[in-house]
Amino acid sequence: MDTLHADLMLALPELALAVGGMALLMIGAFFKSIRPSVVNVLALGLFAVIAFLVWRQPAGVQASAFNAAYVVNDFTRFAKLVILLGAGLSIVLATRFFDRERIARFEFAALMAFATLGMLMMVSAGGLISLYVGLELQSLSLYVLAAFNRDNVKATEAGLKYFVLGALSSCMLLYGASLVYGFSGTVEFSGIAAAIGGERNLGPIIGIVFVLAGLSFKISAVPFHMWTPDVYEGAPTPVTAFFAGAPKMAAMALLLRVLFDAFPNAVADWRQIVTFISIASMALGAFAAIGQTNIKRLMAYSSIGNVGYALVGVAAGTEQGVASVLIFMAIYVVMTVGVFVCILAMRRAGGQAEKIEDLSGLMATRPLLALAFILLLFSYVGLPPLPGFFGKFYVFGAAVEQGLWPLAVIGVLTSVVAAYYYVRLVMVMINGQPGEPFEKTMGGELRIVLVGTMAFSLAMLLVPGVLVDWAGTAAAALVK
Amino acid sequence: MSGWPLLSIVTFLPLVGALFIFLLGRAEGEAGDRNARWVALWTTLVTFVFAVLVLLQFDPANADFQMVEELPWLGGGISYKMGVDGISVLFVVLTAFLMPAAILCSWTSIETRVKHYMIAFLVLETLMIGVFCALDLVVFYVFFEGGLIPMFIIIGVWGGKRRVYATYKFFLYTLLGSVLMLIALLYMWGAAGTTDIVKLMAYDFAPEAQTWLWLAFFASFAVKMPMWPVHTWLPDAHVEAPTAGSVILAGILLKMGGYGFLRFSLPMFPEASEMFAPLVFALSIVAIVYTSLVALAQEDIKKLIAYSSVAHMGFVTMGIFTLNRQGIDGAIFQMVSHGFVSGALFLSVGVIYDRMHTREIAAYGGLVNRMPLYAFAFLVFTMANVGLPGTSGFVGEFLTMAGAFQANTWVAIGAATGVILSAAYALYLYRRVVFGALVKPELKDIQDLNLREIVTIAPLIVATVFFGVYPKPILDISGPAVQHMIDAIDPPVTVSPVPVSEKTAAPAGEHEPAAEGHDAPAEGTH
Repeated sequence: MDTLHADLMLALPELALAVGGMALLMIGAFFKSIRPSVVNVLALGLFAVIAFLVWRQPAGVQASAFNAAYVVNDFTRFAKLVILLGAGLSIVLATRFFDRERIARFEFAALMAFATLGMLMMVSAGGLISLYVGLELQSLSLYVLAAFNRDNVKATEAGLKYFVLGALSSCMLLYGASLVYGFSGTVEFSGIAAAIGGERNLGPIIGIVFVLAGLSFKISAVPFHMWTPDVYEGAPTPVTAFFAGAPKMAAMALLLRVLFDAFPNAVADWRQIVTFISIASMALGAFAAIGQTNIKRLMAYSSIGNVGYALVGVAAGTEQGVASVLIFMAIYVVMTVGVFVCILAMRRAGGQAEKIEDLSGLMATRPLLALAFILLLFSYVGLPPLPGFFGKFYVFGAAVEQGLWPLAVIGVLTSVVAAYYYVRLVMVMINGQPGEPFEKTMGGELRIVLVGTMAFSLAMLLVPGVLVDWAGTAAAALVK
Repeated sequence: MSGWPLLSIVTFLPLVGALFIFLLGRAEGEAGDRNARWVALWTTLVTFVFAVLVLLQFDPANADFQMVEELPWLGGGISYKMGVDGISVLFVVLTAFLMPAAILCSWTSIETRVKHYMIAFLVLETLMIGVFCALDLVVFYVFFEGGLIPMFIIIGVWGGKRRVYATYKFFLYTLLGSVLMLIALLYMWGAAGTTDIVKLMAYDFAPEAQTWLWLAFFASFAVKMPMWPVHTWLPDAHVEAPTAGSVILAGILLKMGGYGFLRFSLPMFPEASEMFAPLVFALSIVAIVYTSLVALAQEDIKKLIAYSSVAHMGFVTMGIFTLNRQGIDGAIFQMVSHGFVSGALFLSVGVIYDRMHTREIAAYGGLVNRMPLYAFAFLVFTMANVGLPGTSGFVGEFLTMAGAFQANTWVAIGAATGVILSAAYALYLYRRVVFGALVKPELKDIQDLNLREIVTIAPLIVATVFFGVYPKPILDISGPAVQHMIDAIDPPVTVSPVPVSEKTAAPAGEHEPAAEGHDAPAEGTH
């Protein structure tokens, strides 16, 4: 009874989120007259409570519950807070947008809650079973969210495509997990680590390959990225913003958990795979984005490339590498939310504008918005003093420290290629002929979010030590 | 006064001005533009006053870094550290000196988005001064790379017809060079466990590592300098940039390359520097001779001056890698002198461009008849560009060649031909633009320099002539620091037996600090 109580208390954030998500569903179903935006606000409140509960979890300890199926430490805390931030901001972005597009429904908030629950579960998974449960809960919610604008052909296509390919990747992951289980005799990460030990056996290696393939799909790393541009383009813009942020963080955290908790003795083996998908993602993200004309598709390739950079830190296989990935992803999530605020602001009488040429002359018509957008894009390029620089600085630093020269050099070279398409956007904004101006209907909440990302950038420049130290503590909890 | 963080004040004062213009902001139209201009001008003037204060505080006899400020920043051996020595203090003052001229020359020629323009320039000033004050490699990199953003916007928004092409070229070239430097920086951070420039200067990098590090830094600085054959972005950028952009580009941004060589390549990778000196000599000579010849064939005034800048920077790189006192002193002097001479030449071009809106040499001729003052000013700068004794251009070229003569006679001979060629293209330009009969009808009403232009150009004439006649103040400031650096690279001959024996014993002892350093950054991020 005591252990059950202790276990339940440890998993309180997830339990609260599960109950809260169902409550949102009930509220929506029973109070027919309630406006969906009100449910969204309730969901935001719920997320704030969950974030507080996660924050209150004991720092500096390794705790597990339910026979080690659920793990809590500094690493999970860090990842969960970033995920909650990304998911919460996506709800903020979505509310007014859905009202305007007349597709607002209360299910959105509930789906976001369940997706977030799945992500928190992924981060805290202590074994293959809880990993899979968390992953599927998240994925299923995301499939529905992608097709949320259900009367739109592109959105339903996006949802279906995402679902079919997602199911395929889940199969690969399951197959890999079964191999790993077969060779190690346990589903617990710590047990797998002990069983696989130092000796090289082909079976678990193949298992690792399949698990990594499944996870690569979730982080949209090359060669499992094909769904990304279509889904990003088809999904409603705030949902795209959500896809680009929190789930990437969750899947990246899960990847780190699996690699460092279950396969710490096979670093040399998985490093080869991670290095390959990292290089492939960076290169594809850089080159394929050049020809894009739709800004959401461009952001899809941008996210593929950025995942590649994060994987550089993973490939380092060290504590420093883990810390660098966390720093990179936290910065990436905030920047991405900021960029999507700018994209949401591209709105004309006829609806949402999505073409790059729609940005033409933005500097002349909306100087402040353009300035923020330009700074965010230069941050993606990785130019100091913007936060994107610090993310890249740390991931490449981790790779160089491990002597992974080719990876680091290819990484910086692809970021020069990627710089081209980011600065192309900047050029269109500062130099193009202003077209029909965008509606000046940017909601106050979007302004606040945008100012928040700018404040984050400034804080990252003035007191970067806060995030760096925090990520360092988190990484130390993962890499023992 | 001594308790003040003077360097941080000089660095960030322009940023405060930019913020002020930004907040001032709602006033649109003529009044808002006028406010922005005046705020920018006063900010740059006050910054210059503070830069002069830095110079007064500076003790030239002391070869160490002075006015050092340090604050914790990223952690893991990376801190916000500022300080100047005899080399960098000159560039701080040069930057602050040129900025008011840059603002003044844009007074009437920039008519659109004046506020944005002034903000971009003030931000750029902060980043430029920061480059020269930084005493931490990462802080240096932040300022160095950050400068790309305002420059991108300045050329991209207020540039000429082909600005899009020129901006991309400038941006991507420079970025490509500097990302390789970033990798080298990361390696040095890992190896030494710190990015403190003073500590890195004392750290011995293994010879084979030095080679790669040197090449990585070289990639960045050679593009920035720019050296042949990676100079091709410069003429395009110069031609398309607005006048003030060209002034700053030629006057300051190019100097960052030379400054980088002096601050990093030479003291941190001395062995690699000696090894690669012949390569740099070869590239410098090619730059001096080839770009001078190219300059002869130009039809566009700005392009001609841009190519002449590449040639003059060839003297600088040659001087730096002679690794002797004359050469390096000369290189520094040449950079400072070229800073105001080339800046002034672009200002001069701007003067006639503002009137005629063309940079074609063929569109001018006989200006001396209508513009005697202008003809005089342009003459002074042309002569300084040629390197006529009595102008500041002479001192730098003479010293670098004297240094090169000691290092390698053939290099000096090659460089000397460049001097002749520079006389050829500069005088040819002057003759075509200023002399001859005033036959073109559209030039009949051209006005001579107005008061604003005289105020902009006069200080530069004074500086050009003063330092040409009396170069001692600059050499006195840079001298001790240069001597200190040379002593660190090549210990004086009398103690040479000891270093030799130390060198053979070094590998055994060398491993240990390297291994220790390896762990340090990882610990820092725990």
